[in-house]
Amino acid sequence: MILGEFIINTLSLGSMYALVALGLVFVYGILKLVNFAYGEYVMVGGYTLYVLGTFTPVPWLAVMIIAVLMAAATSYLTELVAFRPVRTKSLDAMLVTSFAVSVLLQNAVLLLVSPRSRAVPLPAIFSQSVAIFGVVTPMRNVLTIVTAVLLLTGLTLLMKYTVLGIAMRAAADKFTTTRLMGVPANLVISVAFIISGFLAGVVSVFWVGRSASVDPLIGFTPLLIAFIATVIGGMNSLVGAVVGGFAYGLLFNALSILLPASLISYRDAFMFAIVILFLLLKPEGLIRGNYTEERVG
Amino acid sequence: MTHTMLTIRDLHASYGAITALHGISLDVNEGELVALLGSNGAGKSTTLKSICGVLRPVYGSVVFLDEQIANKTPESILKRGISLVPEGRDIFTSLTVAENMRLGAFVSYNRKRYQEDLEEMFGLFPILKERLHQPGGLLSGGEQQQLAIARALMSHPKLLILDEPSLGLSPALVDQIFELIVRLRERGMTILLVEQNAERALRVADRAYVLNTGVMEFSGTPEELENELDIASVYFGGGEGNKEVTL
Repeated sequence: MILGEFIINTLSLGSMYALVALGLVFVYGILKLVNFAYGEYVMVGGYTLYVLGTFTPVPWLAVMIIAVLMAAATSYLTELVAFRPVRTKSLDAMLVTSFAVSVLLQNAVLLLVSPRSRAVPLPAIFSQSVAIFGVVTPMRNVLTIVTAVLLLTGLTLLMKYTVLGIAMRAAADKFTTTRLMGVPANLVISVAFIISGFLAGVVSVFWVGRSASVDPLIGFTPLLIAFIATVIGGMNSLVGAVVGGFAYGLLFNALSILLPASLISYRDAFMFAIVILFLLLKPEGLIRGNYTEERVG
Repeated sequence: MTHTMLTIRDLHASYGAITALHGISLDVNEGELVALLGSNGAGKSTTLKSICGVLRPVYGSVVFLDEQIANKTPESILKRGISLVPEGRDIFTSLTVAENMRLGAFVSYNRKRYQEDLEEMFGLFPILKERLHQPGGLLSGGEQQQLAIARALMSHPKLLILDEPSLGLSPALVDQIFELIVRLRERGMTILLVEQNAERALRVADRAYVLNTGVMEFSGTPEELENELDIASVYFGGGEGNKEVTL
């Protein structure tokens, strides 16, 4: 019984973390940019849920879809307005830009809404419980897992079987050579940002689905988790991000159970210790990707 | 009558403070095989990067089919019909051979013609058919070079540029690659061949250019170049009376 609960909780948490990490790596893979504004796409999704869910009669499913699209649109817009103009300058310029975008978006919400957190009304289905194989679990856990499976399958098909996906993988491998094949740089980068924002939007639904509230700093933890998960899984591979996300979920849940009550508040410290160990002993992560691959010729 | 395909005039290019090209000029006519020779650091790759849009020239013009292409993006230059086989092959190691080929046809893709194009490439490079679903990184150097050429041909280029195709290959494989270059030339393909292996390149080229530290030192037919061997040997580092053109 406890094992069943543990498995479902881990899969649910891992699913969410996998999506978070994947969103970050989609952009990193191609631009080598750790986009610090990534958490703010989650925030935009969260506030869309809050505004539409609280002030409009729009049905819940539509609200969620709009929230996801808003996050994707925000990501695309930041690429267009903020990152594209500095892209050819240097990676440092883009990194600083991503901080600027993050601060700007956070402060926009501080000014326009409130610095305090807002309650987000959730549909009943999120809080209902359901019994699976005799394990009673919140419905939102099941929804998270199902959504993640569908999304990961869809993205795998996209990356493997469409020419756009092939071009994206090629661009993550050798960007200039990909352009020499006639693949427009702007297309590949825009699509990476749109997918990244889309995933952040999906995460925002389930993130807010757990806390039922949203605040201007809500994006920080997802960003941090995405970063840690990619360190564990491997920065240079999409599979690595997913593996890292699930590994993070597993570690987190395992520590929650195994740590004595007196140490449970230090759980984050243990998580960071594990990350430091990874950086020391296996800096390329669980999945190597192209990181250490020998350049042939 | 020959039609000029590519015209480079007074091209200057630099990497930051380091000037790599000091105003070079070069022509490639339709149906020609032109060799661009020079030792390491002479500016050969810089010239190619400038043609393909990877490097923005500081000054000068690159005209392809009566259109100025200096300062255009690499993707738009490929669309206009210039395809590069990069130095070191630069195949996508994590992608399968089939995926590499598909990307080569990114702009020219046509469902009906694609299969025919693939079959044609398998005719030229039978090994690629066997390796179709293997990752490019698992191919040997020679196979990777064949893949790089096939990938470049998939876009139906008007001008094919080969950057050091013989580099790092065994003599037998070099023979094979040069045989292929001749075959492509016979089929009417216009080719700009960059080589350190001057002897081999001169045997197949219609005309040749010699680049030395960013300056065009010679242009003419291979025979004319042979006649200027005493001058050439200075630049090629060969001793006096050394009839072999070695770079």
